[in-house]
Amino acid sequence: MADSVDVLSTLKLVYTIYALAVISLIAWYAYRITQQGEVKPAKKAIFWTYVTVLITMGTGLHFLTFNLVPWVPMDLDRANIKSEKTFKITYKDHVITLDEKPMRVPCNKYVIFDAYSEDLTYGFGIFRQDHSLVTQMQVVPGNGNDLMWKFGKNGTYYIRSTEYSGPKGAQMIVQDAVIVSGCQEDDTKSMKKGI
Amino acid sequence: MSFLNKLLDGHEGGLKHEGMTPMQKIAMRFVVIGLLYYGLAALEGMIMRMYEIKPLPFIDESHFFSIMTVHPMVGIFGSSYMIVFGAFLFLTPFLMKKPIYSIKMANQSWMFIGGGTLIMWLAGFLFSYAPLYTLYWPLPADTEQFTAIGGIVYIVGVVGIMIGTFLYTYNVFKTIVYTPPGWEKQPAGELLKSALGITGLMNFFRKKDTEHLVPLPIAAIARGTIDVGLNAIVISTAGVLILIYLVANGLFSADMQGTWVDALLYKNIFWWGLDLVADGLVLVFVAGTWYLLAMMISGKDLYMQNVARAALFLEMVVSWTVWSHHLMSDQGQSNTLKVLSGEVVTAFELVTQGIAVFIVLTTLYKAKPIKMTNELKFLLGGILGFMLAVPAGIIQADLGMNRVLHNTQWIIGNHVHVAILVGLTMTLYSAIYVLFPILTNGVKLYSQKLANAHFWLHLVGGIGMGAFMGMAGIDGMLRRTIYYNGEYNTYMILAGLCGAMMLLAFVLFLYNIIMSIGLKGLLGIYQPSPMDTHECIAEAKDK
Repeated sequence: MADSVDVLSTLKLVYTIYALAVISLIAWYAYRITQQGEVKPAKKAIFWTYVTVLITMGTGLHFLTFNLVPWVPMDLDRANIKSEKTFKITYKDHVITLDEKPMRVPCNKYVIFDAYSEDLTYGFGIFRQDHSLVTQMQVVPGNGNDLMWKFGKNGTYYIRSTEYSGPKGAQMIVQDAVIVSGCQEDDTKSMKKGI
Repeated sequence: MSFLNKLLDGHEGGLKHEGMTPMQKIAMRFVVIGLLYYGLAALEGMIMRMYEIKPLPFIDESHFFSIMTVHPMVGIFGSSYMIVFGAFLFLTPFLMKKPIYSIKMANQSWMFIGGGTLIMWLAGFLFSYAPLYTLYWPLPADTEQFTAIGGIVYIVGVVGIMIGTFLYTYNVFKTIVYTPPGWEKQPAGELLKSALGITGLMNFFRKKDTEHLVPLPIAAIARGTIDVGLNAIVISTAGVLILIYLVANGLFSADMQGTWVDALLYKNIFWWGLDLVADGLVLVFVAGTWYLLAMMISGKDLYMQNVARAALFLEMVVSWTVWSHHLMSDQGQSNTLKVLSGEVVTAFELVTQGIAVFIVLTTLYKAKPIKMTNELKFLLGGILGFMLAVPAGIIQADLGMNRVLHNTQWIIGNHVHVAILVGLTMTLYSAIYVLFPILTNGVKLYSQKLANAHFWLHLVGGIGMGAFMGMAGIDGMLRRTIYYNGEYNTYMILAGLCGAMMLLAFVLFLYNIIMSIGLKGLLGIYQPSPMDTHECIAEAKDK
């Protein structure tokens, strides 16, 4: 099962290739436009093919991620999926309080992180030990904020508010907040001894 | 000629402000203040870049976030709005071949926006007011973290900016439709329909096309200006709400509960309005400016002009319906809105902007060989900026990607800063280089070498900074956060170096412009013009 490391590594590679390609294209165009040469009338068929490609790329990305990124269908259908466990998290006065600490998550089971803010808008983010992001949601006061997730690797994760809530909220971190166990594979970027 | 003489009098005599028309002076007033605010925003950006490498001892956390709060406001309203409004208040009457509706209102516009930006900035500088530009409810009304007076000063400044914006909006539309005194009656309704794109839309259903009464750039200006006006209404409404809470709770110790306002509904309305700037007028104005620049540089008609008009109309409608891509990590937001507004409609920004890129590049190509002038190279830089930034935005407006990219440095680096600093700003520089001889009655540029250095430093610095911030974001670095242990220092040092390149680029540009027009000419811009705009138009018509 793909996790955020796989998805983000792919993004880094694909976007870098894309960026280098368009920079090269504009550089080539900038050179060509200053050169003498015959200019053929632009065919409208090329234009409409190009527009079709844009529409396909713009919307196709979403079909791709729906089928390849496991948390997309899970998120859209979370109301109909039975979760193994729900963890309650409360935000108040720039403090994150966990009903259960650490939150022990069984491997490959659906769990829900149910966060509630009593004052400001915060964020709920789960991070690996190398600070890469596993997942996140906004925590909006007066509203339900439930994130369904399934972990496929063993690891110890910290949580951090991912939304700005004033200068006092800049360092809202709870170390070792989530511990996943029972998997056949370890999350090499998030293993911690002694937990 | 000594350095001092050149600094005072400018290059080859510099700017003779006595010969400038009122419209030239007004446009220059907007642009000069806009450039000064750009410098301030660049300086603030550089301070934050250094802070992200190692927190600076003389700036505490509260003040760091107040810089972060005013930085985008100064950049967008103080700089981009000013430069764009100045150019469009000049171009609208210029292209419509009639005098501007009100010079007085145009002057009030830059005074309100410039003054409002200063007041808003002071709220951060003096009172460390720091709810960020997002103003997520109820943070801006939080009197425990911020002083009420700081918030009130901030809102007063924002209100000033919005008043100036309303004046600009009214002036532009009135200029398009009004009949100047002594002129033959203008078809106001038809002009308005043409400007808004209704004529073009109706043409799809008619056997015989109705002629467009306004040129294409005016259509872009009008459609973008609709978004400007709507955005000003939303921001003003949010400002009034915040002001009521700050005055009641902060000054009169009332107990108005933050929960009286639904935070998610507020967020929806606020982002709907804010996205009219981010995804509406920026893309519409930029496309319109590209079209105008392409025609001016190439001397050719625009390729597929009807499609360009339709795409501008589509972009305006898209800009009204895309806001939900900012709420894809909000679990209370409905899935339908996330998918339709957040993903599908947003994807059409790739289409509309892609069409603009194709049309502009084809129009220019038809005129080859073209000399690589300053305006052309900056235009190509601007196009490249959007070719990089728009797909980055489409990627983050995806349910799968947003879960791991939202609020990271990817958003603010690859998408926002590349779009604004490379895409928008380089387009504006291109427009400035085109308008410079027109607005200054042919003042020669002091140094082409400095212009070249400005171009390369800005382009490489802008793309580089965005790229390194984006890579840090992919590795988990959040925006709006301070890292004290050097977790992302490699990326942050590289991004800082690129930021320094852009700051240097701006210093070189400003020096070049000042040495070209001279300080006397610069100050003269703010003196009244002895000419009458109506007479200038009459003279131009006679010619």
